[in-house]
Amino acid sequence: MPDIQRDEISGTETTGHEWDGIQELNTPLPRWWLWTFYATVIWGLGYTIAYPAWPMISGATTGVLGWNSRTQIALEQANAKAAQASMVSRIEAASLDEITKDADLLQFAKAGGAAAFKVNCVQCHGSGAAGAPGYPNLNDDDWIWGGSLEAIQTTLLHGIRYAQNPNTRDSQMPRFGVDGILTPVQIVQVTEHVLAISGQEADAAAAQAGSVIFAENCAACHGASGEGNRDLGSPALADAIWLYGSDRVAIAQQITDPTMGVMPAWSPRLDATSVKQLAVYVHSLGGGEPTP
Amino acid sequence: MTQVINTLKAGLSTGGFEREAAQAVNNKQARSLYAARVKIHPKAAHGFFRRLKWMILGVALAVYYVLPWLRYDRGPHAPDQAVLADLAGRRFYFFFIEIWPQEFYYIAGLLIMAGVGLFLVTSVVGRAWCGYACPQTVWTDLFMKVEEWIEGDRNARIKLDQANWGILKLIKRLVKNAVWLLIALATGGAWIFYFADAPTLAQSFVNFTAPPAAYFTVATLTATTFVFAGYMREQVCTYMCPWPRIQGAMLDEDSLIVTYNTWRGESRSGHRKRVEQAAVGDCVDCNACVAVCPMGIDIRDGNQLECITCALCIDACDGVMEKVGTPKGLISYSTLRNYNASVAGHPSKPNWHVMLRARTVIYSTLWLLIGVAMVTSLLMRDRLGLDVVADRNPLFVTLADGSARDGYTIKILNMEARPRRFLLSLHGLDGASLSSPDLDEPKGDGFEIAVEADKLRQVKVFLEVPPDELKHEPEEFDFRVREVTQGETAETAEARAIFHGYKRNP
Repeated sequence: MPDIQRDEISGTETTGHEWDGIQELNTPLPRWWLWTFYATVIWGLGYTIAYPAWPMISGATTGVLGWNSRTQIALEQANAKAAQASMVSRIEAASLDEITKDADLLQFAKAGGAAAFKVNCVQCHGSGAAGAPGYPNLNDDDWIWGGSLEAIQTTLLHGIRYAQNPNTRDSQMPRFGVDGILTPVQIVQVTEHVLAISGQEADAAAAQAGSVIFAENCAACHGASGEGNRDLGSPALADAIWLYGSDRVAIAQQITDPTMGVMPAWSPRLDATSVKQLAVYVHSLGGGEPTP
Repeated sequence: MTQVINTLKAGLSTGGFEREAAQAVNNKQARSLYAARVKIHPKAAHGFFRRLKWMILGVALAVYYVLPWLRYDRGPHAPDQAVLADLAGRRFYFFFIEIWPQEFYYIAGLLIMAGVGLFLVTSVVGRAWCGYACPQTVWTDLFMKVEEWIEGDRNARIKLDQANWGILKLIKRLVKNAVWLLIALATGGAWIFYFADAPTLAQSFVNFTAPPAAYFTVATLTATTFVFAGYMREQVCTYMCPWPRIQGAMLDEDSLIVTYNTWRGESRSGHRKRVEQAAVGDCVDCNACVAVCPMGIDIRDGNQLECITCALCIDACDGVMEKVGTPKGLISYSTLRNYNASVAGHPSKPNWHVMLRARTVIYSTLWLLIGVAMVTSLLMRDRLGLDVVADRNPLFVTLADGSARDGYTIKILNMEARPRRFLLSLHGLDGASLSSPDLDEPKGDGFEIAVEADKLRQVKVFLEVPPDELKHEPEEFDFRVREVTQGETAETAEARAIFHGYKRNP
């Protein structure tokens, strides 16, 4: 036991260490600080007993309180579900029109629809529902299969060209080029005509010739003036919105070997209430049409 | 540390004043910051500063307890509590002032003013905040008074501490702690009334129907008040509070601090032999200054970090000086400069000189400038706000006829305590038509939007520009809301926005 050395100036004990003539004071901690420190140690030990803490060979101690974050989140989800239950059952009972006329229901349906959209729809239609080439923009006022609440709901429930669903929306556009229905020259002429009716620059002579071919081959589905037909899912051609591109090459390609969009049916995957909320949400994006 | 308090003999000296059997707990020799606390038994002081402190204590407590109960009529759409921090509703009310969260800079400004004010006060009169106005000091004073009523003054309390536990000691201790607890409960209890309607909350509090946060807050503040003012006392100032450490930068040689005038007092002597021994100073070594000190220091050791400048030692010393017939002010408010001048035998300046320094002038000017700027902006601030958030995904939507549509979220802030109607319109965007999926209004130049009193209303709007009006570049324009009222000068607000959506085939 070495002698206790004291610092001459402060009178405090030193640790006995010395560096270049400087000694380290061994100042004891305040008593209350020490108590607080011991208290935290005891608290810490108690905490590891009460809550899951110590790693074992397989798993970890579960803690005497039996708390864990998974049951916690399950509980929170159950609580959230219970809190929404009355609104969900009201949505379930109400028709689409009734939902849009009730401010509370509308708000709830829009919020619920937005949440469901972010999980199920954004992969193709984008997080802002603005679509992508081949996937329609849901914000605009051009609807291939109809933009009323009911039409949107039907599309959601049964999908488009989705073989697993018997009631799916279906139609086929002939492969005019690949199957030799039209000659390459005719395809060029029809393309010029389509450019012309959609307000784009076109070769007037070719377009003139194309108009005859259009009337014979295309007007049955796309309409005499290219206004489209929603029952058949044939897009309007005389407007500014193009699913596969509006330029000459894209249109010619679509006539030669058409691409036709497929959308899955959501009726078995999502419950009817979610589909209703999705329909209301998509309808509210700006292009929704009144019920016919 | 050994118990040194009562080893000195008390008694009356020849001079007719009482000699205290006191030795400073924190004096230079015994000072050990890092050991078990030795209890301090401050003796009750009497004099000018003690009276001043009682007055400040009275005013401070009165303001604290009464303020939340004052009513102030703001009409049917706002609470009638004069001072209310409505955290749930995100509003702060102070009489005629109502502050929304986005106006929090007023609170920040107030805090800055409080900070600069504290700098000013500290540079002039040292730790006056600590000694007079700090809640720790105010409540400790109150608790000490209770202690004095129940257990007696210093000597009685020391005796009681040393006495064996008997029925009388038990009763005294129980009563003291019970009264402390009641005061602590009242302290914690009053705090919550600043955050909700006081009468309603008081009623629900005693019915046990108040929110858990209220009970938790009261319990926490009761516990801290009880422990801090009853048992921790000077340790809070010495160990826990950062402000005394900041003081070091605020004080200078021209700040008034409680000073033992060594040049007058030394060498101290308990014996009245002034006539024979000219070398003896005015200090009669009665320890009165030590006995009254709530921080347990000996002011005669010089200025030290524990001193909160409560000036009770000045009262105690002045009382003794009066009795022995020497001039008062052996311990007094003085500056280091004056002290040094006096030690060197030079004349000292009067104390009011500390007020007129570059430092105090700068602090006061700064304080005033912030104050004037805040009041001016408060008087000129808008009670109507308009925020526009443009849709970014998609940036714009092309419609079938080739026109472009942009979506915006409009937020109208009606910051007055009455419902108002506003006309929303567009300025600087040719050919645009406005519509809203949230309102049953026809598409057009604009429409009226009703906003509830003291509320924000959020409305989604669409703007459509026909193809022939579209430009090649984004267009800047303004949304404008104007209050729809007759007779009054209608309040308006504008918000700049950008329209995206471009002419095709450029």
